[in-house]
Amino acid sequence: MRILQYLINGISIGSVYAIIALGYTMVYGIAKMLNFAHGDVIMVGAYISFCVTSYLGLPAWAGVLAAVAVCTVLGVVIEGLAYKPLRGTPSLAVLITAIGVSYFLQNAAQLIWSSSPKNFSSIVTMKPISMAGGKLVITGEVLLTVAACILVMVGLTLFTGKTRTGKAMRAVSEDRDAAQLMGINVNRTISLTFAIGSALAAIAGVLLCSTVPTLQPTTGSMPGIRAFTAAVFGGIGSIPGAMLGGILLGIIETFSKAYLSTQFSDAIVFSVLIIILLVKPAGLLGRQMQEKV
Amino acid sequence: MKKMIALALAAMMVVSMFAGCGGSSTGTPATEAPAANAPAAAPAEGAAPAIKIGLSGPMTGGASEYGLAVRGGMEIAVAEINAKGGLQIEFKSEDDQADGSDLAVSSYNSLKDWGMQILAGAVTTGSALAIAAETVNDQIFMLTPSASAEDVANTGANVYQMCFTDPNQGASAAELMKAKWPDATIGVIYDSSDAYSAGIRDGFLAKAKELGLNVAVDNAAFTADNKADLSAQVTMCKDAGCDLVFLPFYYTEAAQVLTYANTVGYAPTFFGCDGMDGILNVEGFDTALAEGLVLMTPFDASATDEATVAFVEQFKANNGGKVPNQFAADGYDVIYALYNACVAAGVDGNTPAADVCAALQEQFATMKVDGLTGSGMTWDENGMISKAPAAMVVTNGVYVPVA
Repeated sequence: MRILQYLINGISIGSVYAIIALGYTMVYGIAKMLNFAHGDVIMVGAYISFCVTSYLGLPAWAGVLAAVAVCTVLGVVIEGLAYKPLRGTPSLAVLITAIGVSYFLQNAAQLIWSSSPKNFSSIVTMKPISMAGGKLVITGEVLLTVAACILVMVGLTLFTGKTRTGKAMRAVSEDRDAAQLMGINVNRTISLTFAIGSALAAIAGVLLCSTVPTLQPTTGSMPGIRAFTAAVFGGIGSIPGAMLGGILLGIIETFSKAYLSTQFSDAIVFSVLIIILLVKPAGLLGRQMQEKV
Repeated sequence: MKKMIALALAAMMVVSMFAGCGGSSTGTPATEAPAANAPAAAPAEGAAPAIKIGLSGPMTGGASEYGLAVRGGMEIAVAEINAKGGLQIEFKSEDDQADGSDLAVSSYNSLKDWGMQILAGAVTTGSALAIAAETVNDQIFMLTPSASAEDVANTGANVYQMCFTDPNQGASAAELMKAKWPDATIGVIYDSSDAYSAGIRDGFLAKAKELGLNVAVDNAAFTADNKADLSAQVTMCKDAGCDLVFLPFYYTEAAQVLTYANTVGYAPTFFGCDGMDGILNVEGFDTALAEGLVLMTPFDASATDEATVAFVEQFKANNGGKVPNQFAADGYDVIYALYNACVAAGVDGNTPAADVCAALQEQFATMKVDGLTGSGMTWDENGMISKAPAAMVVTNGVYVPVA
């Protein structure tokens, strides 16, 4: 029973990592850049949802919609202002810019909402399912996050596999110059990628804060980095990989806390990561790319 | 057009950075205002100049809650003292963003350039440790309102604390548990990456062993990097059948623990330390979750004694209705303790800092201070405070002293 409860706890936090990782992997897979500001877009999404539900008194779904709308616009604006002018420059420049954007968003949030923490009330109203006399508890948040995660994963897979725009995205990912020659608008495709990635970030923000209620300007940064780890773990660029990586990371983390040592749980998690990357350098489901000379 | 937008954004970014830095300077006018009015109340011409007291603390950044509270409390004490006439105080605060390295030292240096004679800081332990070493070299008297690590007071003979040291607070918690819940099965969750939390836990465990308390879980740790998920730690305590869970860390994470425990229907007695103070003011937090929570805090804003009521009123008036926490009260007490010592020692703005330091050390060895955070407070030879710990229990959304 005990082991099952830890498994559920692991899946709970793991599915939050997974949904953040989906955004990371999507942007990396198509735009070939690490958007380190992704975690902070999540934080903005959570704040927007918090403001809409707490200050305007609107229902939770309105908060989620507002968060998605604001983050989508924010993602496109960030891409247009900060990343687009750097297209074609060494990837290091874009990476540093992304870190700058991340700091900018955190500090702006601190000015707007102050650094004192806010408590996010969960959007789930469902009563937790209690089994085995209260020994095993499954909360509504876990079910919602896992469901959202699967839905997003399937949706993204279908979108990139079946639709014209999705195919264009894959073409841009494969070979940007060739795609351009074939008449694909590369800039628009990348902007769209950011829009989708940021909309996912908004959903992730709401789900993250429903699971972990403390909302601060730095809320997104640590889960963001863990989710990035999860994306690498599962094979960055691979959509099912991000989900698998996130959930595995959550489970390994929770089990090492429960059975090995809470103090060394991070060390254990990252040791597992190193071992897996040594055996499979492209991650669990990543594709091995042949370097052509 | 695109360039324009990019430029505008860059400009915004620069402005936002300066807005961040501006925190300390915007704060000063508020403190200078009473000083400017002071001549009306001040003694006749030729009187000694005001004594200069400096504060270094986080006025911006993630820990700004504490720095701003301390500054707010100190400003009230300074205004009250200056209105009395007699020895005047000139007060200045600098922002160190709770950064234990360069920022703290440069904030200290700029206070020194301003002519600071006494340091009423720093607010956070990291900064206090960095600054304390400098004050020892410069022989500047230092009384920190809230930096609670033992190492702070141990840095030098000129460094004193207004708050409990961490191990002492842990030991008092164990004593209180022995008195009130002698048969409880106790679980401890703590932040192993934070000196404050780990210090309290160590003091607590040592005392709990001595008193024979039943501690079933003592190793449910988290760190600053993995605190996003505390469910495993709560589950550990739940599985071990703990009916009292000790949470020696800050209210931000404690709110997470309370929320998760409530979701899974786990309802032991939760027991926090002074870092728990503030949990009822977290925006959006359902205070019903904190019902029955026990916490050790030297200050209770809902107390009805005259001094507390007056302080709370003034603080609210100065800070847009915000209720002061214990950091504000500690700040207030620090200024009064320093003032009393200065008056007794007969030092003023003309006394060199090193002489002030020697005179105050002599005073602090023997004096007794009554303040908002305790009465009959004294200091030992290491500079650590001795005052009675007070425990509160949250009842109907307010603090009530533990019966």
